[in-house]
Amino acid sequence: MDHLCDVADRFLSQAPACDYWTIRLVEEEQDHLEVRQGVVEPSRLNSTSGAMITLVKGSGIGYGATSDLSAAGLRAAAERAADWADLHARLGLFDSGLYPRSSTRADYRTCVEESWSAWSISEKLDLLRAANEALDIDERVVDWAAWLQRRRVVQLLVTSDGGRVSQIMQFVHPGVVAVANQGSQTQRRHGGGADWAQQGGLERVAAVHFLEDAPRVAEEALRLLDAPECPTDTRDLLLLPSQMVLQIHESIGHPLELDRILGDERNYAGTSFVTPGMFGRYRYGSELLNVTFDPTVPMELVSGVADDEGAAASRQYLIRRGILERPLGGPLSQARAGLPGTANTRASGWDRPAIDRMGNINLEPGEGSLADLIAQVERGVLMDTNRSWSIDDSRNKFQFGCELGRLIEDGELKGLVRNPGYRGISASFWRSLEGVGGPETLEIRGVQNCGKGEPNQSVYVGHATPPCLFRDVAVFGGGQ
Amino acid sequence: MSAERFFELADRLNTDLHGAEILFCSVSNEQSDFVRLNRNRVRQAGHVQSAALGLTLIQGARQVEGGCDLTGDPEQDEAQGRRLLARLRERLAHVPDDPYLNYSTEPAESLRRCVERCVEAPAAIAELIEAADGMDVVGIWASGDIAEGLVSSIGHRHWHESTSFNLDWSCYLETDKAVKAAYSGLQWDAATLHRKLDEMREGLHLMARPARVLEPGRYRAYLAPSAVQELMDMLCWGGFDLKSHRTHQTPLLRLVRGERAFDPRVGIHEELDRGLAPTFTDEGFTAPPRVHLIEGGRFATCLVDARAGKEYGEPVNAAGGAPGSLGLDPGNIETADVLAQLGTGLWIGNLWYCNWSDPNDCRVTGMTRFGTYWVENGEIVAPVKVMRFDDSLYHLLGDRLEGLTRERELLISPQTYDGRSTDSALLPGVLVSGIELAL
Repeated sequence: MDHLCDVADRFLSQAPACDYWTIRLVEEEQDHLEVRQGVVEPSRLNSTSGAMITLVKGSGIGYGATSDLSAAGLRAAAERAADWADLHARLGLFDSGLYPRSSTRADYRTCVEESWSAWSISEKLDLLRAANEALDIDERVVDWAAWLQRRRVVQLLVTSDGGRVSQIMQFVHPGVVAVANQGSQTQRRHGGGADWAQQGGLERVAAVHFLEDAPRVAEEALRLLDAPECPTDTRDLLLLPSQMVLQIHESIGHPLELDRILGDERNYAGTSFVTPGMFGRYRYGSELLNVTFDPTVPMELVSGVADDEGAAASRQYLIRRGILERPLGGPLSQARAGLPGTANTRASGWDRPAIDRMGNINLEPGEGSLADLIAQVERGVLMDTNRSWSIDDSRNKFQFGCELGRLIEDGELKGLVRNPGYRGISASFWRSLEGVGGPETLEIRGVQNCGKGEPNQSVYVGHATPPCLFRDVAVFGGGQ
Repeated sequence: MSAERFFELADRLNTDLHGAEILFCSVSNEQSDFVRLNRNRVRQAGHVQSAALGLTLIQGARQVEGGCDLTGDPEQDEAQGRRLLARLRERLAHVPDDPYLNYSTEPAESLRRCVERCVEAPAAIAELIEAADGMDVVGIWASGDIAEGLVSSIGHRHWHESTSFNLDWSCYLETDKAVKAAYSGLQWDAATLHRKLDEMREGLHLMARPARVLEPGRYRAYLAPSAVQELMDMLCWGGFDLKSHRTHQTPLLRLVRGERAFDPRVGIHEELDRGLAPTFTDEGFTAPPRVHLIEGGRFATCLVDARAGKEYGEPVNAAGGAPGSLGLDPGNIETADVLAQLGTGLWIGNLWYCNWSDPNDCRVTGMTRFGTYWVENGEIVAPVKVMRFDDSLYHLLGDRLEGLTRERELLISPQTYDGRSTDSALLPGVLVSGIELAL
């Protein structure tokens, strides 16, 4: 952070003459260790650092991003931003008066119990080798891997209105995968934290039962080879958190992004079936559906104090008892739309301008255990771990596939089924929600590759969710 | 960063090597203007300058990789590079021998520059906005310089640079009724822009008709090149790389095993001789001009990167496992005859958000989007409400393939996740006797 403070001071000493400016400085480090089929893959040590300068000049807004953090480099980036502000002033979609100005002063640090440096490289590689041995249990397991990835993001936002937000976020992402094959059938299972990302340090390894999970992952991949296909019919659907993450992400999170509703994403990521008039009155789902934007959940992927334009972040309901309340829009989108929103203007790094993104989008728990949910099902299927996702550009017609399914009959779990998938329409699907697990079933998860924006950006998104039960959903299996 | 400056930096880093160390230095350099449009106005505009250095340090049979950003200042960059080298050297001491370490030991050089004077972005944007007055334009303009380079301590020296523009946009009538276009290249021609806008106006005129709602079922269909691209992108996802094949993870497993086949007219190739993407790999190999992936409907050759080449004893023919310059062979249907040959069915302008429904059967799901129409007796009669398809490529490129167009379209990727992409695809349109619409 000291280095970024020096750069900020350097920029301050030559701040451009304009109505408002921000400088967002980002320094990121990544370390990736992986062992695949018992062989240590080349480790990768990556770092990136740069500045995104945004200027408001007259009625225009422009940005300039650079990896050159010298005085000359920052000056050049600011000049570029000013040039683009001039174009925006002539041909812009809205007046710069709508652009939010921040004077927020706040700090955030991920609470790390065990730092990345606490283990030697040898200790990390030994763990990964042990996981490999635990995965390699049968000649039908044709590929297997275990990894540890570390990411540390240091970000400093300074504004001409006296705003100063410093955030240091740290992540350790462990994971394992096993691939089993028999003839023309190949099945894959992930585990060991592969789809269970949170903030934190090496304590994540124990928290996700990394090594202990490896045998289960391999065994299930093998069992799926001989399992029957998921039946093709309409039945009840019980989704574990490992799939609820994608269901929430695609058919609640994205449709509520206010910049989509305003039309900004129509050429790429799409628009939304949600219209401004729906907020405050539209029934999005059953009474059991409560969804929040929550930056306060400890260790969730996008927990923090402010967004990337300095809006202070706070917990907000997006959907309460099934009724749509509030969109996911930062202050600029709120001003454009005349709607309240959230502090969710984010960028993937220093080289992209911030736009409306999801933060932590959570489905609030209800009551009861997983067993209680299963007991409510006469004829259904449970699905675990997303492997495929697809939805239309208005966020309505979706289709998901999972790694593993289990039949439910008369309130009891039965045998495995393979290649389980389901499809539906957002507008009706959430109204068929009839069971939401209690607090004891809640899992804090997320996705690491949410893509959106032009130019394109991929960001982390957090999703905390319990398992959920839906009635009468179209499910299907594999084959032609 | 210029080629000269990168070569100089790499040469200086090479002087810092110890003993028998070998170093491969790569750079990805971009100076890009981005202008985002909505409602035919500028939504967000700016400039990104970035230069990312990649190092692979090798000693004996051990290797480590790393990367950092460069500033453009020679002294600072050299210091940055040396710091990274030191970190890699420290890591190298703790990693075991790598049995799949593979790098070119034969020095080679190449220099390719396609650096014309690119149109000034503000002028082009102003021209677009004026020409599209009254239209609801939404999209992205990207332009500027892209460069990639490679130097090794063995003697490799490569540089690939281009200055280009890429305009990717759509025009909306209302809600989900829209048509899409793309215009990219090295030389800007306003007449081309105007022609594309006129074509879009014709498309919007058709979009104004009441939309047809289709029931799930199987329909005759013509997939325009942009729609075919989505299907090709799915195949590129694990379909062709050697490691994926040897571990039975390729979605083309049944094709390889001889259980399924594509139509004999289907030929798919990696065509680096198109010249839009670098031909050198990070390990110093030079990929061949063409790799024949599918020929006569049968699987031909995998893409073999350096690591897989060593593991399986195959010659290296690619930088990675996915094609970056894909080509699908043309057929003999004249584009002007497509509607007549389609008869009654769907004209699909674009597909969207495709993903695997079941990779074991090369089964893909996705949505129709942009410029999709219902056709009756060879006449476009109405736009179609978005529909989900779920079907196997063994059908769409196999037993239900009726033909491919003679004319092909060069589609240059507008993707910018890891910097501005140099990927491209040369694709015909595809006529099928049936595509399964699921929802």
